[in-house]
Amino acid sequence: MMEFLAHYWDVLLKGTFETLYMVFVSTAFAYIIGLPLGVIMVTTAQNGIRPNKAVNEFLGTIINIGRSIPFIILMVAIIPFTRLVVGKAIGSTAAIVPLVIAAAPFVARMVESSLDEINPGVIEAAQTMGATDWQIVMKVLLPESVPSLIRGFSITTITLVGYSAMAGAVGGGGLGAIAINYGYYRFQSDMLYVTVVLMILMVQIIQMIFNFVAKRIDKRNR
Amino acid sequence: MGRELFLWLSSPPTGKLEEQIVLIRIEGLTKVFKGETDVRALDNICTQVEKGDIFAVIGMSGAGKSTLLRCIAQLETPDAGSIYIDDADVTKITGTEKLKLRKQVGVIFQGYHLLMQRTVRGNISFPLELDHRSRAEIDRKVDDLLNLVGLSDKANAYPSQLSGGQMQRVAIARALANDPKILLCDEPTSALDSLTTKSILKLLEDINTQLGVTVFIITHEIGVVRAICKRVAVINEGQLVEQGRTEEVFAHPKHLATRLLLGMEDPEKGGDAE
Repeated sequence: MMEFLAHYWDVLLKGTFETLYMVFVSTAFAYIIGLPLGVIMVTTAQNGIRPNKAVNEFLGTIINIGRSIPFIILMVAIIPFTRLVVGKAIGSTAAIVPLVIAAAPFVARMVESSLDEINPGVIEAAQTMGATDWQIVMKVLLPESVPSLIRGFSITTITLVGYSAMAGAVGGGGLGAIAINYGYYRFQSDMLYVTVVLMILMVQIIQMIFNFVAKRIDKRNR
Repeated sequence: MGRELFLWLSSPPTGKLEEQIVLIRIEGLTKVFKGETDVRALDNICTQVEKGDIFAVIGMSGAGKSTLLRCIAQLETPDAGSIYIDDADVTKITGTEKLKLRKQVGVIFQGYHLLMQRTVRGNISFPLELDHRSRAEIDRKVDDLLNLVGLSDKANAYPSQLSGGQMQRVAIARALANDPKILLCDEPTSALDSLTTKSILKLLEDINTQLGVTVFIITHEIGVVRAICKRVAVINEGQLVEQGRTEEVFAHPKHLATRLLLGMEDPEKGGDAE
């Protein structure tokens, strides 16, 4: 066991960091795109503060298309685009491009459902106080749904751990690549198990941290 | 000069004049909710609320009284008619004028509608933050309001830690933060027990007398009207069927709906009031 670890320590450490790098950078970019999208979906909905059927349906369709393409297909299909953005199609950085494109529509839906949980009466109350639509978004919709947004954030991050492993299978690096290259192609099942355990640990830790934060930050259950 | 002198001579004593200023004037207000069968929630409503009054609109559930309040609060756009607040037609104005007018009208709801992630202090600060007031001014104003509603010791509590009555007090303080002329109350005590109801009504009465805020209450509880309202209007199936001074309307109810609300008729029999 020690021998095994000593031999593969560097590989596993590098893989772990690559996975974390892919997951967190793509989560960040997915939120930069998905958060405003989710907000627009909620505000332009029929019962939103600025109903706009055309915008809502257009964005809804794009989000649905994005969400219905299997990740592994998306990854291969957008290789030319990935090359255009990061200059290469192989490696962890290249994998971030399809990860962001896959996760952004997912994030948009998560944000949408979080904001939808807010009591419409609270929004009306803010309107009666003379709040502008922008103030309602910034001071009511987003702050009031922070605990739910954090839970959504943990789900997104964990989903991306899984996606990043898939990315590893087609040259993305990270723990997924190690599992495939050593465990599958070279029949080193011990290596396979170790990477799987590492990913389980990663998911557990992420979930624990976010659960803790969401609970601490939510003022509704004290 | 001559004209001013004439006006001065012809005006009644100032104390009396105060009572006669019309603050809200509603003319021919109609609202239809379109659906499988159209519902006339408000049908040609005409009434007026004088400055400094405590005015109640009472009716059964579904009578249209909440829709009336929502129209005055600019949460609903009527299909016809006008609502004048100080001669500005609420139903016509838009943009920044609309936001400005909204700040002159405070609203409280049956469900309180507080911001659950903000403290009591944060909730009362909210309308002042919208106005970009300075921190010092906000703190001072919030302290005064906390004092007014008797919740100074709960300033840093969250709404989930409060009772219903306390939450309604926070909502009242928040609605008063912009120094409104009018406080609209949508079933303010319907979710509260009788003792808490009493204390909230007392608070509304104090606000009316001490701050001179005109109070407009929507309710289905006859006791609320009896307790503090000087004038009452009865709404039935979207129509304003009766209005006047509370004691007069309740002593001599003319319409069946009023008699039903007062418990003078048995709804089972569908009594004949006419």
